[in-house]
Amino acid sequence: MSVADEWTAGQEATAPVAESVDLLVLGAGPAGMAAATEARAHGMRVLVLDENGAPGGQVHRAVEARLAKGAVEARLAKGAVEARLAKGAVEARLAKGAVSDDQDKDGAKLAAAFRASGAQYRPNATLWAVEPGGKVFWSEGGAARTIQAERLILAAGATERPLPIPGWTLPGVMSVGAAQIALKTAGLVPEGNVWLAGQGPLLWLYAVQALAKGGRIAGIIDLSPPGGFARARPYLMRALKAPEYLWRGLVWQRQVKRAVQVTPARELRAEGEGRLERILVDGVAHAADLLLLHDGVVPNTQVTRAIAGVTHGWDPVQRCWRPGLDVWGNTAVAGVMVAGDSGGIGGARAAALSGRIAALEAARALGRITTDERDARSGPLRLLRDRQLAPRPFLDAMFPPLPEAAIPDETILCRCEEVTAGRVRQAVGLGCLGANQTKAFTRAGMGPCQGRICGPAVHGVIAAARGVEGGEVEPFRTRFPTKPLTLGELAALAG
Amino acid sequence: MFRRTEPTDCTIVWEGRELPARAGESLAAALLAAGITSFRETPVTGAARGPLCLMGACFDCLVQVAGTQNMQACLVPVTPGLVAGIQHGARSFEEEAA
Amino acid sequence: MFDVAIIGGGMVGSAIGFGCAERGARVAVLDEGDVALRAARGNFGLVWSQSKGDGMPAYAAWTRRSVALWPALAERASALAGRDVQYRAVGGLTFCLDEGEFAARSQFVQRMHNQGQEGLRMLDRRELAELMPGCPLGPEVRGASFQPADGHVDPLTLLRGLQAGMRGAGGTHLPGAAVQAVEPVAGGYRILREDGSEVAARRIVIAAGVKTTPLGKMIGLDVPVRPVRGQNIVTERLAPILPLPASAIRQTGDGTVQIGVTSEDDGSFEAATTTAALARMAARALRVLPVLGQARMVRSWAALRPMTPDGFPAYAESATHPGCFVATCHSGVTLAAVHAGPLAEAILTGALPDHARDLHPDRFLGMTHVSSH
Repeated sequence: MSVADEWTAGQEATAPVAESVDLLVLGAGPAGMAAATEARAHGMRVLVLDENGAPGGQVHRAVEARLAKGAVEARLAKGAVEARLAKGAVEARLAKGAVSDDQDKDGAKLAAAFRASGAQYRPNATLWAVEPGGKVFWSEGGAARTIQAERLILAAGATERPLPIPGWTLPGVMSVGAAQIALKTAGLVPEGNVWLAGQGPLLWLYAVQALAKGGRIAGIIDLSPPGGFARARPYLMRALKAPEYLWRGLVWQRQVKRAVQVTPARELRAEGEGRLERILVDGVAHAADLLLLHDGVVPNTQVTRAIAGVTHGWDPVQRCWRPGLDVWGNTAVAGVMVAGDSGGIGGARAAALSGRIAALEAARALGRITTDERDARSGPLRLLRDRQLAPRPFLDAMFPPLPEAAIPDETILCRCEEVTAGRVRQAVGLGCLGANQTKAFTRAGMGPCQGRICGPAVHGVIAAARGVEGGEVEPFRTRFPTKPLTLGELAALAG
Repeated sequence: MFRRTEPTDCTIVWEGRELPARAGESLAAALLAAGITSFRETPVTGAARGPLCLMGACFDCLVQVAGTQNMQACLVPVTPGLVAGIQHGARSFEEEAA
Repeated sequence: MFDVAIIGGGMVGSAIGFGCAERGARVAVLDEGDVALRAARGNFGLVWSQSKGDGMPAYAAWTRRSVALWPALAERASALAGRDVQYRAVGGLTFCLDEGEFAARSQFVQRMHNQGQEGLRMLDRRELAELMPGCPLGPEVRGASFQPADGHVDPLTLLRGLQAGMRGAGGTHLPGAAVQAVEPVAGGYRILREDGSEVAARRIVIAAGVKTTPLGKMIGLDVPVRPVRGQNIVTERLAPILPLPASAIRQTGDGTVQIGVTSEDDGSFEAATTTAALARMAARALRVLPVLGQARMVRSWAALRPMTPDGFPAYAESATHPGCFVATCHSGVTLAAVHAGPLAEAILTGALPDHARDLHPDRFLGMTHVSSH
């Protein structure tokens, strides 16, 4: 058995981990799945670490299980008792057009190709350190593990930008992304006094998906700053290079507005004793038992920010930090690459393309293909990616993040340590220039979420209080381990 | 709040009360489906909290599971008969041992 | 023109700045930006005398004086920070995990006793259990040294209190730019900063931690200081489990357990954490409290502490630049009370206290790097 055979033989999560690997991919969303599949096509030994229990990432979450369930139901209806969780069943369903939306189709194809690629897939695996020279640490099943990787493609995806309003810590206030996960993984649909509030494509997509599944929504509070279309108009022609994006967005909004009242508003509060009971929309009260918030998504840079030497730049349009990357996805640190939304928000299709492009560059760097081959193969992919990214400036102008200056002082920003916006502004008054001294003075960002949730809000409030652009304010410095692990796990590495 | 679109196939015990659930779904989803939103009381002020993100990032869905405290309910899969309860404040090894 | 300009807004500079401002001086504290290599952020939070000053009685006395002044400082700093600094003088421990460690520590305690430290004594395992009933100590814990006067504090809230106090007393905080040069002018000095700004002051105090050496040269003082990296771990909040602070493990007032700190003397100015060092720290902590094996760590971080060749502090007024001082140490928390009190007073009157003669950096002339503290 050759080395490569030995490697690809182990598909089980319990398979032993080798001491080294050609390519380690973090995340099995569209970028990670596509990168691993492409890298395998060039004979590389590939290990994929995924926090989730199955491939798909957040956008295609539980796509295999939902498709398999659909296939089972179809077969049961035909009287066939046996059903297999197989690639064949997925393809059959795709061919029949039985999958509900485009996203699931894309996700199913990516997942099937990934499963067949021979990449070693480790679900429920949380990466927590990348040390110089490509030494990677992760936790899995309560034990810490380590491996040496020649190249890394980090495809950690996006996280929702927090939308801190007074009362958002009350039980019964969740993010739209959370509700979508409940829908995709557990089939939960909204019912009763359920309100959606904020702005951005995901809010409308979730509303469409929830309504299609028979859910009911009491109303949508549209907090998007007025004048969106006027702001976005200059980017319209470019956006029309990929018109399906805009078309789909318009269809979503029309579908939702037929069924749900949409109220533009400027101020939103959540209130209740021990749990959400009502919302105040520009001062008008409505009964509420679930409020779902959304204000777009930002790149997940928790890991890249902790790697010494990886640079990050401020994106003034999307108002977020993103790692400094070349067209291939190389960071400033040799061997460390980023693909997908964690390098800048581009959506699922652009993410998959960037995953393949990064894998081709990794194959070149490891001598599996020549520079000419990389360029020839990636050329069409880069054109496709450009097309996918064409609507972004339009969307960014339509939905600029809500201004942090407007967050009332009493609003909690850091949920873990219960630090308010007023407290953060007070720290700025004491001379704090950035998120790190503010953290030291207020405890904001010191809790178990390690600043994942509050980071953008704390950063934005500091910038607004200082009256400077976000790029002039240091974000929270992240450090390994970037995910909580037990001291027992850590101590076991002491040998 | 939420309604299930798929049948339940087992029960779990929350604060001594039996709740219907589906094996394999997250404990957080099972609780939300049963109308429960308060999962814990914070160690800072004792305020009630429930899940925000359901993707393992926010640490607001901490509960006790089978005697172990500070477990993220969104990452704990339901198994038939699972026993869980509210996380009161900071984690206590003394209580876990009891 | 300011009366005093302090270069460095960490624990040492902020304490001196607070003390000078409180005494009516017009004070400016100059600082770098948000990610300065600040030892203040890597401090373990001990107010500690039991291991300080072996072979340097002046330092031992200076430390004891600070510990005595700490209760008053804690009260004021809490009021100024708007939050309790969590100073608890409950006594402090240094755990011994086998006979060898216990014997070595006993010898050390005897030596400190001979040099005038009162109260410090060894506790065997039974006495330790009586002191901390219910504390789930690991079977390897043989005993500990115990100094009833020692304690701990939340160093970050202390820093906030000192800076708020400095501002509240009329002081000026100037963060965001490093200092490039110091020039004499009529009646004092002019400080040039990298952002092009200038600050004029009658007196200057350099309290710049690991950056002390190049700044000291600007005022004619040779102060060899090198960076020693210290890594820290903090766990999730836990119900009370360890009532007394110890030299590498303490439970903070917020309930988190802090484990630290490494002492990595490799000359590097990088403040990165390393898994190998964190793992070793965790392993030792589990020998003290095995139950912590189940505790989740939520953060780790590293900071650079300034270390002199003999590990003791350095204080001096420049002979060539009258009115220019240097103050550096790696125990900024323990010494905060003397820095805000007697040292600030001395800087304003222009005469350093008697102890300072022994702590002058002239003692390093011809000395090679020796690490002990």
